[in-house]
Amino acid sequence: MPKIGVLALQGDVREHVSALVALGADVVEVRTPQDLAGIDGLVLPGGESTTMSLLLESSGLFEPIAERLAEGMAAFGTCAGMILLAGEVLDGRPDQRFFGVVDITVRRNAFGRQVDSFEAALDVEGVAAGPVDAVFIRAPFVERAGDDVDVLATVDGHPVLCRQGNVLVAAFHPELSQDLRIHDLFVGGL
Amino acid sequence: MTDRVTGTERVKRGLAEMLRGGVIMDVVDAEQAKVAEDSGAVAVMALERVPSDIRRDGGVARMSDPALIEGIKEAVTIPVMAKARIGHFAEAQVLQSLGVDYVDESEVLTPADEAHHIDKWAFTVPFVCGATNLGEALRRISEGAAMIRSKGEAGTGDVVHAVRHLRLILGDIRRITLADSAEIYGWAKNLQAPVGLVQEVAETGKLPVPMFCAGGIATPADAALVMQLGAEAVFVGSGIFKSSNPSLMARAIVEATTHHRDAAIVAKVSRGLGDAMRGEEASKVELKLSERGW
Repeated sequence: MPKIGVLALQGDVREHVSALVALGADVVEVRTPQDLAGIDGLVLPGGESTTMSLLLESSGLFEPIAERLAEGMAAFGTCAGMILLAGEVLDGRPDQRFFGVVDITVRRNAFGRQVDSFEAALDVEGVAAGPVDAVFIRAPFVERAGDDVDVLATVDGHPVLCRQGNVLVAAFHPELSQDLRIHDLFVGGL
Repeated sequence: MTDRVTGTERVKRGLAEMLRGGVIMDVVDAEQAKVAEDSGAVAVMALERVPSDIRRDGGVARMSDPALIEGIKEAVTIPVMAKARIGHFAEAQVLQSLGVDYVDESEVLTPADEAHHIDKWAFTVPFVCGATNLGEALRRISEGAAMIRSKGEAGTGDVVHAVRHLRLILGDIRRITLADSAEIYGWAKNLQAPVGLVQEVAETGKLPVPMFCAGGIATPADAALVMQLGAEAVFVGSGIFKSSNPSLMARAIVEATTHHRDAAIVAKVSRGLGDAMRGEEASKVELKLSERGW
């Protein structure tokens, strides 16, 4: 059974924990560097990426997570989590930090403000049994994906689900649907 | 083209889920909004005067000037909320047209309707409403609120009513989970709340929407207290910009909210913050804002 950490500084941590537990993972909430011990993968939840960036610094988590990612630890980020894992961030704050482990350029709040937030049925490459019910909240999208990045789903031509090696990033929130198939893409790969 | 469905219950409640574990700060101008974002706020609440000034100055408190809200929207990248008067659906329509991310139908402003709250299902923008007890919370949810905040007594800097309201709401939720099917109807009658929502609470042991805490939070330890009592995020009004060092206080409350169970961290961030807002004992203030709402 893989042991998966969920970054628990802020955001919809509980929903990710429930989805991972439902898939049989051993889950630990990560708030301090000690919590990273022995985890096989890290989930970065939805929330405010600027707040998480600041709390990653003050908690002393940024460097140890960056080191583990450089050593090849698996990761899955949704929305704010996608921004934190991206290589380049547009419309962010200049002091905002991110891990740069997926070769994509992400634009924050690219789909607009909350009144533009939406649900959509999304066809996902490699996910069988029909479209995924996807919830987008002040969501980012990918403006540029590098050659090593697999684009697994798009909305009107904009990539919203990408994978590079063992790192998976989604602009939407699979943790808010009852659908476990996207989490299974991540957990199944561990 | 991908078919996009906006304004759904899941999308509205979803933004509230994203704010969990964070601090939403009251700001009156773009400069304060920048300080809030710099300090790690997950969202800002745009208003004309912070609650303690509304108390001091009196008069009718209304929705903010749209120009002010637009200035704040320009200044920050995080979600911007704004307040409408209870029952004042035209103010809420204006706020929606301005593209604010959440409308707070708030008792801090002077109510516009003595019997009705806004029909919040009619809007694409999500709403947060205050509540002092479980019945009030469930009535607001039945009208379409996508987030509840316990009211506390805004503008006092005294956390005692926030604690009272949280304990009332969460205590009744715990009791309802023990009720049998016949007792659920009794609860619905006593709470003056729809039986379907009472049943949902009995089954899940929580409100159907996120529950945050507001009203009287003035220190990092106050935030740690209400989070441990069961709040999922905190609103801080006068507590930040009425303290002697707003940016330090804001930052410390953000840290304490995240690490609310770690007393060593709360202690560390509480050092040397200068003066918290002076405040007023909530039991001594004449104007009880929390009594507004029906």
